[in-house]
Amino acid sequence: MVLPEHLLHLTGGQRVLDIAAENVRDLVLELEERHPGLRAALGRAAVAIDGQIFQDAFLEAIGPDSEVFFLPRIEGG
Amino acid sequence: MDKIQIGTSINGEAVEFLCEPQQSLLEVLRDTLGRTGTKEGCSTGDCGACSVLMDGRLVCACLVLAAEAGGHEITTIEGLATDAGLHPIQQKFLEHAALQCGICTPGLIVATKALLDRHPDPDETTIRYWLAGNLCRCTGYDKIIRAVQDAARSLAHPA
Amino acid sequence: MAEAVDYKAIGTSPVRPDGVDKVTGRAQYGADLNLPGQIYGKVLRSPHAHARILKIDTSRALALPGVYGVITGQDFPEAEGGEIGGEGGGDVSDLAKNIMARDKVLYHGHAVAAVAAKSLSVAQAALDAISVEYEVLAPVLDLESAMAPGATLIDPSCFTKNLPEKPTAPSNIAAVMKLGRGNVEEGFAQADVIVEGEYRIPMAHQGYIEPHACIASCNEQGQATVWCCTQGHFEFRAMTAKVLRMHIADLKFIASEIGGGFGGKTVIYLEPLAVMLSRKSRRPVKMAMTREEVFRATGPTSGTLARIRVGARKDGTLTAATAWLAYEAGAYAGAPMGPGAMTVFAPYILPNFAVEAFDVLLNKPKVAAYRAPGAPQSMYAMECAMDELAERLGMDPIDLRLKNAAEEGTQAPYGPKFPAIGLKACLNAAKAHPNYTRPLPAGAGRGMAVGFWFNVGMQSSAEVHINEDGTVTIVEGSPDIGGSRASMALMASETLGIPYERIKVIIGDTESAGFSNVTGGSRTTFATGMAVIRACEDIIAQCKSRAASTWGIDADQVDWRDGAAIPAPGVNAALKPLALADIAAGAPKTGGPLLGRASLNAQGAGAGFSVNLADIRVDPETGKVDVLSFTAIQDAGKAIHPAYVEGQMQGGAVQGLGWALNEEYIYDANGVMQNAGFLDYRMPVASDLPMIDTVIVEVPNPTHPYGVRGVGETPIVAPLATAANAVSRATGVRMRDLPLSPPRVLEALEAAGR
Ligand code: FES
Ligand code: FES
Repeated sequence: MVLPEHLLHLTGGQRVLDIAAENVRDLVLELEERHPGLRAALGRAAVAIDGQIFQDAFLEAIGPDSEVFFLPRIEGG
Repeated sequence: MDKIQIGTSINGEAVEFLCEPQQSLLEVLRDTLGRTGTKEGCSTGDCGACSVLMDGRLVCACLVLAAEAGGHEITTIEGLATDAGLHPIQQKFLEHAALQCGICTPGLIVATKALLDRHPDPDETTIRYWLAGNLCRCTGYDKIIRAVQDAARSLAHPA
Repeated sequence: MAEAVDYKAIGTSPVRPDGVDKVTGRAQYGADLNLPGQIYGKVLRSPHAHARILKIDTSRALALPGVYGVITGQDFPEAEGGEIGGEGGGDVSDLAKNIMARDKVLYHGHAVAAVAAKSLSVAQAALDAISVEYEVLAPVLDLESAMAPGATLIDPSCFTKNLPEKPTAPSNIAAVMKLGRGNVEEGFAQADVIVEGEYRIPMAHQGYIEPHACIASCNEQGQATVWCCTQGHFEFRAMTAKVLRMHIADLKFIASEIGGGFGGKTVIYLEPLAVMLSRKSRRPVKMAMTREEVFRATGPTSGTLARIRVGARKDGTLTAATAWLAYEAGAYAGAPMGPGAMTVFAPYILPNFAVEAFDVLLNKPKVAAYRAPGAPQSMYAMECAMDELAERLGMDPIDLRLKNAAEEGTQAPYGPKFPAIGLKACLNAAKAHPNYTRPLPAGAGRGMAVGFWFNVGMQSSAEVHINEDGTVTIVEGSPDIGGSRASMALMASETLGIPYERIKVIIGDTESAGFSNVTGGSRTTFATGMAVIRACEDIIAQCKSRAASTWGIDADQVDWRDGAAIPAPGVNAALKPLALADIAAGAPKTGGPLLGRASLNAQGAGAGFSVNLADIRVDPETGKVDVLSFTAIQDAGKAIHPAYVEGQMQGGAVQGLGWALNEEYIYDANGVMQNAGFLDYRMPVASDLPMIDTVIVEVPNPTHPYGVRGVGETPIVAPLATAANAVSRATGVRMRDLPLSPPRVLEALEAAGR
């Protein structure tokens, strides 16, 4: 999974992380475990799982080879 | 403030009202008489949302003093449909999807009536210049122009 | 998943269900409701762009006969901080202070007090009787001075967010955002041609024709009903509750018809004021903005400064690009720099890039969303740079884009890989279009550009009520801003298999419809449409079980076809189909009323790409730009109501053209907007324009049952660069600062010696 640039200070510069998780909830828990403060910093970020963008992801399933990105929430007019 | 008493005809019906001298016809139509079909977009004569006919002439109701309407015949959007149904201009606006939000629509339909009463067979340029005083922010005007062209055809050759 | 399916209803363009009321003047918009005993509210606004409020004296106003209440910032509950939630995001305390200034005014037109009186003229007299003492401060009016070290601070407690180290000094830069991949230096080293430029895009207004308006009625228990024009009454309710520290359940919001929004009616301005004034006066309070107030005090979109650098090999392959993007936020943080940064390079395969974007405070109104917020600005700059690149490489500008176009599987610059997208399909459609291949009219230039917007899903609810005679009433919660009732009815007609005319769609208020996010983000046909489809499927399942119990067979032995329950193949074929009307008539005996429901958080809205073409001529005497033809090509996924999809494309094209050619906020040195009216803020009128040709490309969105993508926002993105590229090709002079208004064009032509 890949973090946005402005959070890299929380992971010591690490941008890409390999994490086993079944869904977004578990992924975020694991991230927080490894890098305390990350969960709060992610806040309301959107999540893309294999190209599909979720504005409010939580129980969305993540496959073993899934690519997960956290990105800023998208607004609209 | 002293109010003045005014007698006019609105959509063929005799109407009397009291107004303050500085009040616009638009204010009186909408607030005093509850005829809210005529819309307000600017109150400075720049958007055409308040278009009405005064003795058949296209005016911005926001630029006419209510007192000036005395003794004149006013036609508003509410006066276009008849027992027989919608006016052909109204029908064509619907068929051509010439409205999105619809706030400009009453004004544009009244302006179109003024246009077609005077020029039954206008070319595209004439239509565009006649309607240049009516802002529409949603449609880009394309479908409005087409609706007007089609309305002109259907008024010339009623089915 | 949508394939080449033969639809019956979808893809037709019937008259909208709410149409007759809108062409006869019956439909009620924000300012059209009047309540018995209502009084009128009006707002006193700051005459300064930046000042400290020392004292407000309202006593003379309150003493006037016919004045029922006055409020100032002091009357508001202490603004709590924290996220607003919902679509727009932002900070609650900023929102509260934007509605009514507390200790400082931050832009000309900032609200400082409000009154309620028996008539508009008395309300005006009351405003005149309020005296405010200000300590005037120097205004900060442009990006360069706002960002410069030592700049006057708009908010001394603002520290730049998202920096690796917490900053030690406050700044007008509220936040930064960076995106990047690969190695930009190496990328540029591989380039044969590098194009570089600085672009200015002016602050512009959405320009909806209906000014903001509302009417609020508050009872002695503090419960209030608010009727207003809004893109999202649920979010208006939540924002008002937060600003006034009320319980959501004590507020009822009813969405009137809405006369345009384009993002501008996703934010509250008047509603909490009307509630407070109604509470004070114990009468219904009606408030409506003047056009001047709309310009000065509601949220336009950001003025932007953009610097772009792009490198390519001789064959056109892009090797690297950088973007530096500064967005004006206005008085409070929240410029759309994030989406601006994420869209700028979205159409292209780019191995190496870096984007840096800034959210910058200055003494102008707080910006609000405007159709694809952030994208028109950044993509304008990039698409102009691409045009220059094509010229330098001697390549056709569409071929240059095709060479680098993103497609399914391309890693988008903002992270994930694109699912199925229609960029190449749009580019190919443009290349083949007669408006691209026919000879250029004498003296004209032909321009093209690409547009992109993400689109969003979010939360929607829908209920499908089957009436006793089998007609259908759909209740949903997304204000219909451009014909969405028709799209909902079409999707329901298709799903249920009954005629469109038998379906009525209503937008319920916050107490009669399930929660729905705003009509915005191009989400309504996609997400609310999905809720409607699901609710129809729920009804079909119920109808099948009703038919099964009628027939005495199992529910799984019943199929649904053409609006009727039929026995499944192999089941007793003698059973006559039970139409929806039959099932409705029998409902009292089979279990009671038929009510289908769905609520969901829709995901996977599907990216929307577009390509625009324009032929443009410039009058060398006056500098006036004439658009001779304009073609909008866009991937709609699947067009449910094609006429309204075309309408979105045409309307967005013209808004983009207005922004490119004439529209801008003009400020004097004191920060007073000089053109706060439709006469001087010059939006396109009918005589400025040709017909807008459209091509709807349909690359179905795999996540929507009928393949829908949002279409509402993408259309405004490409016209800016399309127009500028055409002007550049017509005149041989590249002008990078918008708008390309006659004086500016003339000046540029003269400077270039033409
Ligand atoms: S309201 Fe009269 S012209 Fe705009
Ligand atoms: S339809 Fe919205 S302004 Fe014309």
